[in-house]
Amino acid sequence: MINLQEVLETNKMIEQENLDVRTITMGINLLDCAGTDLKVTCEKIYKKITTLARDLVQTGEDIAKEFGIPIVNKRISVTPISLVGSACCRTPGDYVQIAKTLDRAAKEVGVNFLGGYSAIVSKGMTKSDELLICSIPKALAATERICSSINVGSTKTGINMDAVRLMGDIIKQTAEETKEKDSLGCAKLVVLCNAPDDNPFMAGAFHGVSEADAIINVGVSGPGVVKYALEQIPDANFELLCETIKRIAFKITRVGQLVAQEASSRLGVPFGIIDLSLAPTPAIGDSVADILKCIGVEHPGAPGTTAALALLNDQVKKGGVMASSYVGGLSGAFIPVSEDQGMIDAVEAGALTIEKLEAMTCVCSVGLDMIAIPGDTPATTIAGIIADESAIGMVNQKTTAVRIIPVVGKTVGDTVEFGGLLGYAPIMPVNTFSSQRFVDRGGRIPAPIHSFKN
Amino acid sequence: MTRAIITVVGKDTVGIIAKVCTYLADNQINILDISQTIVQEFFNMMMIVDLTKSVKAFDQLSDELVKIGNEKGVQVKCQLEDIFDKMHRI
Repeated sequence: MINLQEVLETNKMIEQENLDVRTITMGINLLDCAGTDLKVTCEKIYKKITTLARDLVQTGEDIAKEFGIPIVNKRISVTPISLVGSACCRTPGDYVQIAKTLDRAAKEVGVNFLGGYSAIVSKGMTKSDELLICSIPKALAATERICSSINVGSTKTGINMDAVRLMGDIIKQTAEETKEKDSLGCAKLVVLCNAPDDNPFMAGAFHGVSEADAIINVGVSGPGVVKYALEQIPDANFELLCETIKRIAFKITRVGQLVAQEASSRLGVPFGIIDLSLAPTPAIGDSVADILKCIGVEHPGAPGTTAALALLNDQVKKGGVMASSYVGGLSGAFIPVSEDQGMIDAVEAGALTIEKLEAMTCVCSVGLDMIAIPGDTPATTIAGIIADESAIGMVNQKTTAVRIIPVVGKTVGDTVEFGGLLGYAPIMPVNTFSSQRFVDRGGRIPAPIHSFKN
Repeated sequence: MTRAIITVVGKDTVGIIAKVCTYLADNQINILDISQTIVQEFFNMMMIVDLTKSVKAFDQLSDELVKIGNEKGVQVKCQLEDIFDKMHRI
């Protein structure tokens, strides 16, 4: 039988160390809503989402109350909209209509974000992919809760550099369209390489075509719990350090597994995966950067940071894998800047640069995340950054992503406030030498060789 | 059998256990186990209870227990046992 110490340990994690389930995300297939008439397609989309996800938020709240564990977000991911709208959308404006429909559905069921305003263009773009991409700036300006993601490359296909170049412009236009809100639109737009089909985290969540009609995916979190455990062993060697992280990751993930199974059975929707992630928030003590400091670097960015992050990421996976029957999504430590107080401090202290963050993305779960850069950064430079990040993902067979915000009217020395979970960020300097000739070449970078690994 | 864990954490006060136990008895909730300890002058108590015959829904039960705690100046929580089982047992 459970003893008092165990009960107190669990409740301490929840109450003092910010243990929570970060998100229950319901994946919904919208392919059966596609048709040649835009109005009918929108109606079907609205009906399907509001029917399937009708009880999602209430069920999440019930589970949170019964187990005493906060479930921070209830969200929805849908089939990439470029597929759903391909037969009925003839202009970018038509896609914006679908975005508005999705936003209405999200508000109706009470979820805070809906992801899947997406296109998978890792090898080439169809006409409808291109229309959707061109509609992104207006779609994100006209909606509140929609997240958009574009997959521009993969290990199997190489990198679609036409799409990379286009996304440089689209990010700039999105910043411009939402400049009244510090270019907030870009915080809901991510460019990925090797995007997983079952990611529950925003902004990159979409419901891949390999998935069932509806599915429940759960993202766990708890950087504060790992940090607390490491604070108890300040001088431990690497063996003990790794063991400690694994144990904690196991415990955190078991809670996620429980919540996922409960949500799945109560909603009558199959359980998909647990995403084993350490996802920070701007709240004090809920920081991945603080874990890196506990491991032993003065600030993230100091030499040793990449190694520390690599070991952290690996132990989280090792501990978590045994705790869950199905693991997927992004799974690893997130290193967003604006959403992590420790990262913000490191940037302000001059310890952390975009180049070091890029190195860190080689060993963490995603990529350059929530980084504010000067509003006058050229689109070609942004495309260059996306190309670099995609190359890391392509060659290392991992997911990488770029979510950067060229904040209109702001430059290095300014800060930008996004609010809520998105946090605030100092504007980071970007290398000012040009990438234009490189990104303007057109075409695609071939897939890498899968042998002779070095 | 639906089992829940009720925890009471706070400054030791006269009659807190009596109050919680009376409430549980009034609602047909059987107490299976009680343990308590003092950590850093804080009173920590946990009860394992059986909710099978409870006359109230979990939601109401949980809210009313929190209220009893507030009246006595302690924190009372009621959680289904599964969360602890899953976290601490393989």
